[in-house]
Amino acid sequence: MSEYTAKDYKKGQPRWCPGCGDHFFLASLHKAMAEIGVAPHDIAVISGIGCSSRLPYYMNTYGMQTVHGRAAAVATGAKVANPNLTIWQISGDGDGLAIGGNHFIHAIRRNIDLNMILLNNRIYGLTKGQYSPTSERGFVSKSSPYGTVEDPFHPAELCFGARGHFFARCVATDAPATVEVLKAAAAHKGASVVEVLQNCVIFNDGTHASVYTKEGRAKNAIYLEHGKPMLFGENKEFGLMQEGFGLKVVKLGENGITEKDILIHDAHCEDNTLHLKLALMEGPDFPIALGVIRDVASPTYNDAVYEQIEEVKDKKKYHNFHELLMTNETWEVK
Amino acid sequence: MAEKLEVKELDQVVVRFSGDSGDGMQLAGNMFSNISATVGNDISTFPDYPADIRAPQGSLTGVSGFQIHIGAEKVYTPGDKCDVLVAMNAAALKTQYKFCKKTACIIMDTDCFEKTDLDKAEFKTDNPIEEMGIKNDVIAAPISQMVKDCLADTGMDNKTILKSRNMFALGLVCWLFNRDITIAETMLREKFAKKPAIAESNIKVIHAGYDYGHNIHASVDHTYKIETKGEKPKGLYMDISGNKATSYGLIAAAEKSGLKLFLGSYPITPATDILHELAKHKSLGVITMQCEDEISGCASSIGASFAGALAVTSTSGPGVCLKSEATNLAVIMELPLVIVDVQRGGPSTGLPTKSEQTDLMQALVGRSGESPIPVIAATSPGNCFDAAYMACKIALEHMTPVLLLTDAFIANGSSAWKLPDLKNYPEIKPRYVKPEMAADWTPYKRTEDGSRYWAIPGMEGFTHIIGGLEKSNETGAISTDPENHDLMTKLRAEKIANIEVPDVEVQGDADANLLIVGFGGTYGHLYSAMEEMNKAGKKVALAHFEFINPLPKNTAEVLKKYKKVVVAEQNMGQFAGYLRMKIDGFTPYQFNEVKGQPFVVEELVKAFTKIMED
Repeated sequence: MSEYTAKDYKKGQPRWCPGCGDHFFLASLHKAMAEIGVAPHDIAVISGIGCSSRLPYYMNTYGMQTVHGRAAAVATGAKVANPNLTIWQISGDGDGLAIGGNHFIHAIRRNIDLNMILLNNRIYGLTKGQYSPTSERGFVSKSSPYGTVEDPFHPAELCFGARGHFFARCVATDAPATVEVLKAAAAHKGASVVEVLQNCVIFNDGTHASVYTKEGRAKNAIYLEHGKPMLFGENKEFGLMQEGFGLKVVKLGENGITEKDILIHDAHCEDNTLHLKLALMEGPDFPIALGVIRDVASPTYNDAVYEQIEEVKDKKKYHNFHELLMTNETWEVK
Repeated sequence: MAEKLEVKELDQVVVRFSGDSGDGMQLAGNMFSNISATVGNDISTFPDYPADIRAPQGSLTGVSGFQIHIGAEKVYTPGDKCDVLVAMNAAALKTQYKFCKKTACIIMDTDCFEKTDLDKAEFKTDNPIEEMGIKNDVIAAPISQMVKDCLADTGMDNKTILKSRNMFALGLVCWLFNRDITIAETMLREKFAKKPAIAESNIKVIHAGYDYGHNIHASVDHTYKIETKGEKPKGLYMDISGNKATSYGLIAAAEKSGLKLFLGSYPITPATDILHELAKHKSLGVITMQCEDEISGCASSIGASFAGALAVTSTSGPGVCLKSEATNLAVIMELPLVIVDVQRGGPSTGLPTKSEQTDLMQALVGRSGESPIPVIAATSPGNCFDAAYMACKIALEHMTPVLLLTDAFIANGSSAWKLPDLKNYPEIKPRYVKPEMAADWTPYKRTEDGSRYWAIPGMEGFTHIIGGLEKSNETGAISTDPENHDLMTKLRAEKIANIEVPDVEVQGDADANLLIVGFGGTYGHLYSAMEEMNKAGKKVALAHFEFINPLPKNTAEVLKKYKKVVVAEQNMGQFAGYLRMKIDGFTPYQFNEVKGQPFVVEELVKAFTKIMED
């Protein structure tokens, strides 16, 4: 049992707009941290720039709000230099995937043990409403008055493309599932990417409307759990099956389909093909996948760095500056 | 005949090895300089290599040179022009002849002056010596053939055999300067400890080169020797390049401060050797990250610094551009960080392998907002050690990023360096918070000299947030209050302005009519120019700056004391402009050159003499 409560991680009064998804997420993060039980002084929360990147100011932990896009790079250095810290890296879709896209994919590729939170509201809020790299094609915003002419990123595709070993998704307003996902991310050793679907009430209201309410999620989302059949719907009457190279939605009882025909979720499967298919499902034909989609063990960069140091220490004969100097060819002036 | 050969004694000599970039000229040059240093001569070296890794063989753009200046007493530069030029092929002769003194002796491998070689080097006739109007002594030796003969019975293939041509040239030069080649033997046996056959074949070729010299001595009048003179401080010495010295300075500072050394870096010429060097030393606990870009190099270092490491990012000018936003984050968060800028020719990709001092203004003011940071400019290969050490000390004790300027010339060049004893280096005391401060500590509480304290994540009682937004001086909370911003701007400026740095020293004639002023990597050339002018009875002195921001306290006093002052620098006048800004009424003469090459002492003397006569 953890000796901490959510209050131990809380600080200050958030200044986000009323109804902003960030409020919901922050509360879940406090709660998850209390349940995980790492002491506040052993945690660093590191963000970039944007509405959601104000978050460290509301944490009673160590924290740093860095510059736009660089949270993953700064967090990488902090974790490698001080691997005992638990690091939560907070970014929005603009911060993490546009200006910080390079750091995002490389932190994942290196498998730095970071909890990388991507708060995705598909809009630039702090600069007052421009389309983001996750905005749908044709999206109308101040910087795209006639609609965008470009396709968005799917965060999961970037994560898997960068050989990510953990990807989970939750909805900001869905506190219990968010807490569970955050705990799973913290438990995973390596880069854990959590996509949080959240609303921007001012500039992109209703962007995740189909799953933003409990009722909506009952109809339009599927909660994936490792080892459990992929069932969804208000009465769990639907399921997912494999068909050819893809997935299909089936109704239990129709065409003789029973629960045993339904795919069992395997988050630990090394091959990410099905994980990607699950992560890319979209309405109205498919449910949106929530929960831990992929969670595969893999060596972390930070561990490997220190293991290598120990290995080399054993092999090399010099262990301080003076001994290093003496490895050189020298001559003596008498 | 050998006994009749005269041996002339010299005070100093400059040798330039040149050949195709795959000919091993850097190795031959390095070995010759180490052999000379071992017998107590002073050395200064300068590798002059092309940007292409392997330009077309035999082409004019593919020539690689290595110049060594050897002195009986102290030498300060690799020398303007050479006394001996080794030209391993026609292209080398064509491009390198301009570095020869009128009296220079030229050694050439005649086997690489065939028709195709001459064509590649764009000679029009089959007699390059005549075509170039060369009147110097020439030792024309069929080096390739002699190396083949020498190693014929080793069973090695032709290509491998010809890789030893550089050792033949080295042997020949060793004969010319009466060098003890057993030193070279020891070096090769150490270098190829795991491949003894290679070591022995190279040694055989060195002997062949040496013996060849001995046998053909009729073609030169005399050989030379350079006896060590003057008193050098006693102790152990090594040959060190600036990049290696910088790396060592960082390691030393980490050890002295008890911190883990973290380097976040991205490969860039001519700074990459710092990453290479530090990456080797894992047994000292050094962490190096080859990052995804320059920005991440700086950003990851800031993360490491926040987490409690001695954090460093190394780069060259274009990388500094990319790091400037993150550098500013360290400025406003007031975190220790060292940024090493090994300057090269710019703007943009410019001249990646060549040297300039054109990043001074970028270092001082090349960031948004009021963003003061200390700037230090290393003055010689060996001085890179002290400069890097001081950069770390200032960063850790004043909680600030520090920009260390070196340049391609001193970074790649090398000189003899006395092994330092860390006991003689000043303590480094990071500004840690103390446990008893926990009750009322805030992140921007300051020490008497204006630094904030360092609370490292993991310490209980000091959880806090810092960031890029302006913060209240009292609480560290985000603040947009106009008075507070004004105050914070001044506090950050004062903190840097009050850093104590050593006075600038004036060297040379105490009653000088002309004061030469320089900074950074041009020290050797400016000193040599001054020394030469003093010897000729001209009253000149030199004030050379290592600490640029803040400037030494005696700067104004020194600069105003002399009737004439000339600021000589390898840019369009950035340091002169900076001094004019800092010192009322200061109107120096300027000597500016931006060629990507080191200054030429002879030209400096000419220019300074003209100013004296003005």
